[in-house]
Amino acid sequence: MLLQDKDRIFTNLYGRHDWRLEGARQRGCWNGTKEMLEEGRDWIIDQVKKSGLRGRGGAGFPTGLKWSFMPKEVGVRPHYLVVNADESEPGTCKDREMMRHDPHHLIEGCLIASFAMQAHACYIYIRGEYVLERERLEAAIAEAYKAKLIGKDNIHGWDFDLYVHHGAGAYICGEETALLESLEGKKGQPRLKPPFPAGAGLYGCPTTVNNVESIAVVPTILRRGADWFAGFGREGNTGTKVYSISGHVNAPCNVEEAMSIPLKTLLEQYAGGVRGGWDNLKAVIPGGSSVPLIPKEICDDVLMDFDALRDVKSGLGTAAVIVMDNSTDIVKAIARISYFYKHESCGQCTPCREGTGWMWRVLERMARGEAETSEIDDLLDVAGQVEGHTICALGDAAAWPVQGLIRHFRHEIEDRISNYRAGKPVFVPVAAE
Amino acid sequence: MSVRRLAKTQPDSFAFSKDSEAKVAFWMNKYPEERKASAVIPLLWIAQKQDGWVSEPAMREIAARCAMPYIRVYEVATFYTMFNLEPVGEHLIQVCGTTPCWLRGADGLKAVCEKRIGKKGRGNISADGKFSWEEVECLGACSNAPMVQISNQDGDFYYEDLTPEALEAMLDDLAAGKTVEHGPVTRRHASEPVKAKVPVLEDAALFDGSAAKAAPLPHSARPASKAKPASKARPKAADAKPAAKAKPAAKTPAAKKPAAKKPAVKKKDD
Repeated sequence: MLLQDKDRIFTNLYGRHDWRLEGARQRGCWNGTKEMLEEGRDWIIDQVKKSGLRGRGGAGFPTGLKWSFMPKEVGVRPHYLVVNADESEPGTCKDREMMRHDPHHLIEGCLIASFAMQAHACYIYIRGEYVLERERLEAAIAEAYKAKLIGKDNIHGWDFDLYVHHGAGAYICGEETALLESLEGKKGQPRLKPPFPAGAGLYGCPTTVNNVESIAVVPTILRRGADWFAGFGREGNTGTKVYSISGHVNAPCNVEEAMSIPLKTLLEQYAGGVRGGWDNLKAVIPGGSSVPLIPKEICDDVLMDFDALRDVKSGLGTAAVIVMDNSTDIVKAIARISYFYKHESCGQCTPCREGTGWMWRVLERMARGEAETSEIDDLLDVAGQVEGHTICALGDAAAWPVQGLIRHFRHEIEDRISNYRAGKPVFVPVAAE
Repeated sequence: MSVRRLAKTQPDSFAFSKDSEAKVAFWMNKYPEERKASAVIPLLWIAQKQDGWVSEPAMREIAARCAMPYIRVYEVATFYTMFNLEPVGEHLIQVCGTTPCWLRGADGLKAVCEKRIGKKGRGNISADGKFSWEEVECLGACSNAPMVQISNQDGDFYYEDLTPEALEAMLDDLAAGKTVEHGPVTRRHASEPVKAKVPVLEDAALFDGSAAKAAPLPHSARPASKAKPASKARPKAADAKPAAKAKPAAKTPAAKKPAAKKPAVKKKDD
């Protein structure tokens, strides 16, 4: 069964209604927030744990558990909440809609989460390109201050300052420690862990970094109950989720649906189906460019959740579904992703700095068929050397799409190489429609 | 990584305008007093919006404001790709070329830019001074692909659901000094589904204020609200103010453990 409107959290996801405080209140934001805080921080963290909410930024780490890593007592160093709004994983465009159309979900969530972690200040780090979204968020925060919902001596009884900070076009700043470096005024190069941010994060203080969606769903979870949220999706994969659908579908869109919805249902019910029909599907990248693609046979019945996609050697990531139909030059599509990682590597670790460029150059040649068959294994080998040998996960993220391509479409690369040698056209696209 | 260098030709000096100064003050107020360096990216951006690019004297001025060695500001300015290190056209067209946009025809947009403006590279300004263009990486509007961001004195706007023809018409309008409405060029409002088989976010009950009525908190741990059996049903339209209200803050933690480095509260509109 499909998710019903009454169970959608982001009721203004498309901006058809007033984003301002009055409109947001009408839709239920800031309703009973004081009562939630009065329940105490242990209750809040416990409810978030019971809801089964897993981080919506890609890694899927349980949010309540993450919060519980913060020190129980505030020492000399203040606690911080930092919200990761550096949405830049290719395919992902959900946080943008939440921030520009439903900003009060996020602001209320920031207050509740900060209270639960005893933070009196929170920074929202939004990507630099989202200029309008940033201005919208600033305006919504100003409203919240004015209505004394946040700020000093606010009506909720927890002094709380909320600031928007912005980046300037670096994908790597979506990595939590690179984000903290950037927020401190440095270039965004990830930090070695440990220490983890909960021990030493922003300005060396205990910090938790959460994705926009992870924070923005919390007020509604508390308002409607952990078991309500946990009622969607399969065990360990609960809740609702905003899916970003892009690529070769008839009508790309963002839509909030239950976790564990079948991929095919998601595309056919909301996105107008695959261009040219389901049988014209070639492959899907189900969770943003970092996760390995899955071919049509798997797409036929796979569920959109962390565990189901892990079982088919891919991942839910940010639930950004990139659809590719039979007209797609799949080698070129992955080569373009490799170029992205080459461009966005921060340059700190050698395997990533050198490996991303190397993988991209080889893939570009393979797309034209100008390669040796043996190089396919070389490419796999290099991808394996980059994976797991860098400070942050960008190395892994660069390796996985390449591994996914070879796992499922090795024959296509081989065909291109032999076509090129035989002087035949290297790639003949199947007509789209 | 992309290799980025400062321009060879640099102005002699830089000063923030009065408008910019107000913005600088707004941003500097967001960070703890001893953490001024945090403002470096916002200040570089303010300088860029003022002059169209970030010059070397601007970096030195910002280094002074942020109490950091100027080499650290160079480091930041060359690392982050949104900073123009040389003058650009009046309208800088940034075409997203990453896979989701590429799948939906970003190459066609790039071809239009190449034909109309010339070689890509933000320093390659068209003869009339009006345009330059750059291919950029994912701009995070993938459900509205293909798209471009156009930066000029008016702002930095997204133009979405594009076709080469639509982009071409847009460039014509900009060249003629007209303003072009941002957002999707189709009749779409944002990223809503236009071919969904079921209604999405159309239930009137979501917007009639029923969600704003007070309702008991489910799973309340406080005795007063425990008394009333937490109904499993969703409390959407329930009306009663929770009795719990009588028992305030049993567990509210001792607030105001001083946040030593907490920034001063100063909020105003940007």
